[in-house]
Amino acid sequence: MKVENQTELFLVSSSPHTHIGSSVERIMLDVLIALAPAFAASLYFFGVDALRLTATCVATCLLAEWLCRKAMGRTNTISDLSAIVTGVLLAFNLPPSLPTWMAAAGSLFAITICKQIFGGIGYNVFNPALAARAFMLISFTGAMTVWSNSGWIASVGASTVDATTVATPLGVVKEALKAGAAMPNFTGAAVMQLFTGKINGCIGETSALALLLGAAYLLWRKVITWHIPGAYIGTVFIYASILHLVAPEASVPPQIHLLSGGLILGACFMATDMVTSPVTRKGMLIFGVGCGIITMLIRTVKSGAYPEGVSFAILLMNAITPLINRGCRNKVFGTKS
Amino acid sequence: MQTIKSPYNFKGGIHPAYHKELASGSAIQGLPLPATLSVPMSQHLGAPAKPCVKAGDEVKKGTLIGAQAGFISAPVHAPVAGKVNAIAEVLTASGRPCQAVVIERVESDETDFMQPMTNWQSRSKDELLARISEAGIVGMGGAGFPTKIKLSPPMDKPIDTLILNGAECEPYLTSDHRMMVEHAREIRLGAEIARSILGAKTLRIAIEDNKPDAIAAVEKAFEGVAGDVALTVLRTSYPHGSEKQQIYAVTGREVPRGGLPMDTGCVVENVSTAFAISEAVVKGIPLIQRVITVTGDAVQNPANLMAPFGTSYQSLIDACGGFRGGRPAKVISGGPMMGFAVSSLATPTGKTASGVLLLSPGRVSQYTSQACISCGRCVDACPMRLIPSELSQFVEADDIEGAEGIALMDCIECGSCAFVCPAHRPLVQHMRRGKACIMAQRAAAKAKRD
Repeated sequence: MKVENQTELFLVSSSPHTHIGSSVERIMLDVLIALAPAFAASLYFFGVDALRLTATCVATCLLAEWLCRKAMGRTNTISDLSAIVTGVLLAFNLPPSLPTWMAAAGSLFAITICKQIFGGIGYNVFNPALAARAFMLISFTGAMTVWSNSGWIASVGASTVDATTVATPLGVVKEALKAGAAMPNFTGAAVMQLFTGKINGCIGETSALALLLGAAYLLWRKVITWHIPGAYIGTVFIYASILHLVAPEASVPPQIHLLSGGLILGACFMATDMVTSPVTRKGMLIFGVGCGIITMLIRTVKSGAYPEGVSFAILLMNAITPLINRGCRNKVFGTKS
Repeated sequence: MQTIKSPYNFKGGIHPAYHKELASGSAIQGLPLPATLSVPMSQHLGAPAKPCVKAGDEVKKGTLIGAQAGFISAPVHAPVAGKVNAIAEVLTASGRPCQAVVIERVESDETDFMQPMTNWQSRSKDELLARISEAGIVGMGGAGFPTKIKLSPPMDKPIDTLILNGAECEPYLTSDHRMMVEHAREIRLGAEIARSILGAKTLRIAIEDNKPDAIAAVEKAFEGVAGDVALTVLRTSYPHGSEKQQIYAVTGREVPRGGLPMDTGCVVENVSTAFAISEAVVKGIPLIQRVITVTGDAVQNPANLMAPFGTSYQSLIDACGGFRGGRPAKVISGGPMMGFAVSSLATPTGKTASGVLLLSPGRVSQYTSQACISCGRCVDACPMRLIPSELSQFVEADDIEGAEGIALMDCIECGSCAFVCPAHRPLVQHMRRGKACIMAQRAAAKAKRD
């Protein structure tokens, strides 16, 4: 056979020869764009602290990613933007008064222990931001549960709660119920405060409005599908509604459950983390329902220490994602029914 | 004949940019023939034909030059008159070396065709099948499976439906489209012959809804065909031209895993194959040429050329005014989803090559593969409902058995998964490697048994 001059040859590769144009970077950029309204809301409600924490987490995550890849002798992956997403998401899950060094320590943990040790993007089992938050809750329990006062407690008239113990909305309710007091009165104004975000909480989780705007963008861009957030939020709503119907005095109304405790942030931005959630639609539904049930269990067990539970619910479901993937493969075309 | 909308939508699939407008309006035309043609002996699935001429022999247009060499094989005929120069080795579009009969062309009107069957209705099934076999007709949609075998299913597999595949779901390609617009009557004739051989009660013509002029032409030409005949309009979605997806779209039947279309009582024939059947039976002309779309952003004047087999890609491109905007980055035999990138313009055309696609560097994106981020887009895109992400990871880890266990062999290599993958993973390449390993294992096991 005649061997031709190299320069005469055309590029040969396996089909397909065309691509839709998507990329991991573009997905991460879309997530960052979707997080922008919530970031704006955090600046509005928490001011310079929101900026301080977000900048610290993003910078530390980028640095940690770069160092890890260099130390492991792997290609640099800073440009895929995933470290920035982790930084922003972690910051959004931190209380405004958290010391800077703790935020940096958490970020270092997120990238090093939760992501790069597994092999970097695509290989981690747990959502790095959530796993780091769990680490910080254990390591810096006090600092991680100090909230600023947004005046929400006064507006729901939870007078039995010690005015100096500034807690998140679900924390207020849990303490009130534990103390044997009546369910706070959730006025329309209080619910609206929850919706817009003028409440105590982590810097990025308070404004349901801003987060839903971002989620709508992700759905429109087809970065996420409705399955996980829909199943998650739907399960919480149904679970909470049933409890509220059975015992209205002892149960938080469903709309309060939906708008507080980082549920919207978790359901739309953390549970939908592609790497740590199932790949089939059926698997996604199971994942979302599981997150919803675990969240509600954590929230409603009276003796429980945590008033919220979104982070732990998602982490637990992350752990069984490989199992869900295995059990939820689609029926192959042509399988005899 | 009635026109119906496809009642079933297969799950998955993609919507790539089609770019059909480049060539869809261009009528089929001839081309200045090259001085020599290298006619490959392997233009079909199965054993390559065996050259039955030698250097120095004179051949006429239609002379048998390659004899069928096995049950799954097909003969090859001289596409032009001339003198055999040599029996040489060439690379086919798929990159495999194969023998070719090199013919030095002479201007001559002499032909060496078969006897026309003026009254085909009075001929027996076996006579018609023998003619189709003798004419070297193979599936012209891409796979190149000998048509005679397809049209003679075993007794225990009765065929009730013949589907004419006019979906042409590959982007850019318009050869079937033009055939339907310009040769719908011959396609009808071929379809009637195939239908009578099969004894199929039902005839369906499947065309995607992005070809309204082809739909109109086929509606007109098929007017008055007796029995259960309909044109099924498919929504435009890749891969609707794939046999399994098309049978489902038209009949709602799923070809069982590991099975063949005949297991659902269906036979699918490409419209160009139907044309070839009519030419062979009614006019006695063996399969020696086909319409090939020369298109892409890197060719001057995209066109649909009726080209004799063995024409080099260089001659096709010259006939279309050469390159546009410099040298293309890729030259593809077939469409961008399943076609073969070829290394050289010396590549000869063959029975299954429906297009030559020239893409400029701007259209050929080169990516570095990244780790799978489990986004699940490939899962949504897979028309076979596989988990390409997982399959690819199994193959990457050399766990071929693991991949086989999650239905690797069901992959049809349509490329939908790789098309949507944001991590630019070479998913189809992984599937092909895995499947090749399994086939090699099976062959080795069989050899050991024998």
